[in-house]
Amino acid sequence: MLHIYCPYCGEHREESEFRPKGQAHILRPKDPDNCSDEVWADYLFFRDNPRGLHHEMWLHATGCRKYFNVTRDTVSYEILETYKMGEQPKITAQSRAAGGEK
Amino acid sequence: MSQPNRLNQGGSIDRSKPLDFTFNGLRYSGYEGDTLASALLANGVDIVNRSFKYSRPRGIVASGAAEPNAIVQLGSTEAAQVPNVRATQQALYQGLSARSTNGWPNVNHDAMGLLGKLGGPMMGPGFYYKTFMAPASMWMTYEKFIRKAAGLGRAPQEKDPDIYDHYNHHCDLLIIGAGPAGLMAALTAARSGARVIICDEQETFGGSLLETADLLDGKPAQQWLANALVQLSDCGDVLMLPRTTANGYHDHNFVTLHERRTEHLADTAPEAHQSRSRMHHVRAGQVILATGSQERPVVYANNDVPGNLLCSAVSCYIRRYAVVPGQKLVVTTATDIGYQAALDWLDAGREVVAVVDCRANPDGDRVKQARQKGIRIITGSAVFEAKGSKRVTAARIAAVDLDAFTLTGQLEELACDTIASSGGFSPVVHLSAHTGARPVWNEEALGFVPGRVKGMIPAGGADAIYSLPAVLESGLQAAQQALQSCGYAAVSVDLPKASQRIESKSAALFQVPHLKPTSRAPKQFVDLQNDVTAAGIELATREGFESIEHVKRYTALGFGTDQGKLGNINGMAIAARILGQTIPETGTTVFRPNYTGITFGAIAGRHCGELFDPERYTALHAWHLKRGAKFEDVGQWKRPWYFPVGNETMHEAVARECQAVREKVGILDASTLGKIDIQGADAREFLGRVYTNKWAQLGLNKCRYGLMCKDDGMVMDDGVTTCLGDNHFLMTTTTGGAAAILDWLELWHQTEWPELEVYFNSVTDHWATMTITGPRARDLLSEVTDIDLSKDSFKFMECREGMVAGVPARVYRISFTGELTYEINVQANYAMHVWNALFEHESTYGLTPYGTETMHVLRAEKGFIIVGQDTDGSVTPEDLGMQWCVGYDKPFSWIGKRALSRPDTRRKDRKQLVGLLPTDPSVVLQEGAQIVFDPKQSIPMKMKGHVTSSYYSPTLGQGFALALVMGGAERMGEKVYMPMADGRVHEAEIVSPIFLDPKGERQNV
Repeated sequence: MLHIYCPYCGEHREESEFRPKGQAHILRPKDPDNCSDEVWADYLFFRDNPRGLHHEMWLHATGCRKYFNVTRDTVSYEILETYKMGEQPKITAQSRAAGGEK
Repeated sequence: MSQPNRLNQGGSIDRSKPLDFTFNGLRYSGYEGDTLASALLANGVDIVNRSFKYSRPRGIVASGAAEPNAIVQLGSTEAAQVPNVRATQQALYQGLSARSTNGWPNVNHDAMGLLGKLGGPMMGPGFYYKTFMAPASMWMTYEKFIRKAAGLGRAPQEKDPDIYDHYNHHCDLLIIGAGPAGLMAALTAARSGARVIICDEQETFGGSLLETADLLDGKPAQQWLANALVQLSDCGDVLMLPRTTANGYHDHNFVTLHERRTEHLADTAPEAHQSRSRMHHVRAGQVILATGSQERPVVYANNDVPGNLLCSAVSCYIRRYAVVPGQKLVVTTATDIGYQAALDWLDAGREVVAVVDCRANPDGDRVKQARQKGIRIITGSAVFEAKGSKRVTAARIAAVDLDAFTLTGQLEELACDTIASSGGFSPVVHLSAHTGARPVWNEEALGFVPGRVKGMIPAGGADAIYSLPAVLESGLQAAQQALQSCGYAAVSVDLPKASQRIESKSAALFQVPHLKPTSRAPKQFVDLQNDVTAAGIELATREGFESIEHVKRYTALGFGTDQGKLGNINGMAIAARILGQTIPETGTTVFRPNYTGITFGAIAGRHCGELFDPERYTALHAWHLKRGAKFEDVGQWKRPWYFPVGNETMHEAVARECQAVREKVGILDASTLGKIDIQGADAREFLGRVYTNKWAQLGLNKCRYGLMCKDDGMVMDDGVTTCLGDNHFLMTTTTGGAAAILDWLELWHQTEWPELEVYFNSVTDHWATMTITGPRARDLLSEVTDIDLSKDSFKFMECREGMVAGVPARVYRISFTGELTYEINVQANYAMHVWNALFEHESTYGLTPYGTETMHVLRAEKGFIIVGQDTDGSVTPEDLGMQWCVGYDKPFSWIGKRALSRPDTRRKDRKQLVGLLPTDPSVVLQEGAQIVFDPKQSIPMKMKGHVTSSYYSPTLGQGFALALVMGGAERMGEKVYMPMADGRVHEAEIVSPIFLDPKGERQNV
């Protein structure tokens, strides 16, 4: 069971309070009516499934009801950071490869 | 009742407290402080079980969790049965009753053993796959036979009388294992003020200190131990849990501990309301893994015959329990531990025939000691075969060249009844492996050490540190490191002085070669519990199973309750040798939770019976119960299904309830409907984006039905939303979808449109909803309200606030039955009052309570869908024929709109919602039945749709159904067919899904 730091509550809480909501930073096309079927299908159906760092969205369902983002290693399940909606991750596969924050 | 193998003195048993017990129906006695295993050995019981596959007689091998053979069924009554208890971990208590899990008619004369002997050569690895492959229909027959022959205990047939607890903890340090490393860590951490939990699977803390002959601070180690335990128990922040096994190590330092609270006292908890065992769910800042190490047995021919033990087990039984498990001992060893066993045996007054050491020139302190005491030492040699069937009678030894894997020189046969073996030590890495961290090979220590786990520090034997002074120091260091990580100041603690003993370097001894090739030699067991032999591993690799994970699955190495405690490293080493690889190249298999078996009771805790899952009741539940309602589970809600009168069947009750609604007035408790209060300046804009239809013009106190899609254009929910103020709306959702829809609204607001000012709150439980529906609904309601109910002032799809039965209410004039309907909403705690006020007029208007089944029939007659029943996540609004509910020209590209112009959602042959009328009016089609257009085509037929809702309509006087049919909207009047499993084929005509009052006149009165 994961131990997740809610960036809104400012506390670590048990996984049972949260619900996973899939890949984070999926952008809905700005003008859906004028985007191609390919662009729309990509937005709807295609998700990453990386071995290693993954940015995910979680919901503090039985807590503050806020959505937030989690950078998690899908191999070790280690959570490297959590950050609020609208913010960007500090730790990415690129920064890790470049020897930045581990 | 004598105990032939019990010494007159020594050990930590209490000779003043004899205990009687039975094993396989025979009476024995032991002492308080015994385990079942030590008591059996004291009584000279050699055979404790029959082996899993070959049904060979088996005796006790080990002294703790690793025991593979002495797996017993416990319990003197049926309700108290516990399967698969290790006798080595079960404390003896008065009246204990145990049986072998295998062996028929009994372990000493086993009919299955004959099969093992005759069929042995045929029962190689993969034998299940090969022998019982075909015909598949015979598997059930084979299985019964195999289960009887094998099996590992049985579940009780009666209800468990005991209760079980769950505890949640947070701590700074969790120390797993209370041997010297764990205790030293705990003593250090206790000084710092950190919150500490220390657990150990044994009856008492101490680990190897319980039986060691070593001195600490110049005194017996047991004295230091007693003092340490007093110090720890005096410290308020240290929770000490003996008899507690860390069973699973999960993500982020979440560890489950299984505490056996009364298993050492009696069959069932002796006191009322006393929990038998307790699961501790621990979230630890840091975990110190002080689980110690496990001695490996040596693999040689017939190494499973009773009388073959581990060297450490021999020492443990002699020193802790004052039990010598035999008369004449031969030791075969690759370590100095073998000499300790010989010395202890000699001190107990029994004969040591020889110590056979595979090393050329062992020169450790204990080797010298043994030599001084005149013990015969045979170096460069090993036991390669045990003789005997129900007990060892001799050991065959020879000089051995391990590099060339051959025997060299003279053979010798030593008469003995016990062979103790020591192939070295393996750190107990199981828990660390639960997290997914692969163990790492340590060449120096010839063993796998724990892989890196964040927040975990291995100490002592678990980290392949074996000499007592080093073990104590590693415990101290681990604690200091952990405290630093948790933010505690460094503390200084004095280490007790332990004498440093000179040890000769251990050799790598896994399997001893035989005169014959492995495949022809007598069986050399690797995994005793699963009956896996060295020849079996060899065969598996020869048949192409070269990955150690494949070898495991093909041979069953390390399966089941054993999880490879004794056998895995030997198995890997043997596979590596055969494959010409190193052990690290071969790698390990994955150890999984639980470390040792655990009862379902402990896992379930109090979450059983009525506490298994929360049940949600409406404010009117008590009335429904009193009225004799039958209930249906809808999510966690208990909803009245129907209200039978007298001996009515469900069919009769539903027919009566339907008729009451269509002719008089019925009442439904609709409180479970999801209700979300939506407020804010942009609430209306938000609704326009999440619903498919338009909300810009909805006036005050007006209601509108809304359809919600996911962004893929598929219908996900529906319901009526009412405008209660310019910035205030009340949304209703399906009963099952309430929580998910709230999440969904929050998702879009928080992630896509945070600029909109809108707030959501669930008010499902705040309001009770009573639906009165039928031609007499207005007359009934007018009895209890001052709201003007006239046709023109309170129109269909409107809402009014006012008093009902003297309490404030919101009344919605909407309809899910097609009849004149008022939904009365009051604060939930007024609901019973209002309901009773309505029922004061029961006889006047023929008011009839109805349940969900009648609700379904009535709504289906009107073609009203239930999302999740008539839709399945692949149905668009247009598939439902609900184009009227889609605002394609709304300015904002609402959720689902774009996907509705994808080629797939524009296909003409999509499945579309239609009505079905069976040709035979008495037929009620099966929900889920597949629809074909041509019943005469060959199988497999082309399936063209399925029935989604089907009922008998008392109003129509026949069965009817809703269905999704490919291109159905264009097929009105055509016949479709539903072939059933029993061979019948039902015929039905495609009709409009609206069966009753298509113009909606009945609700507009």
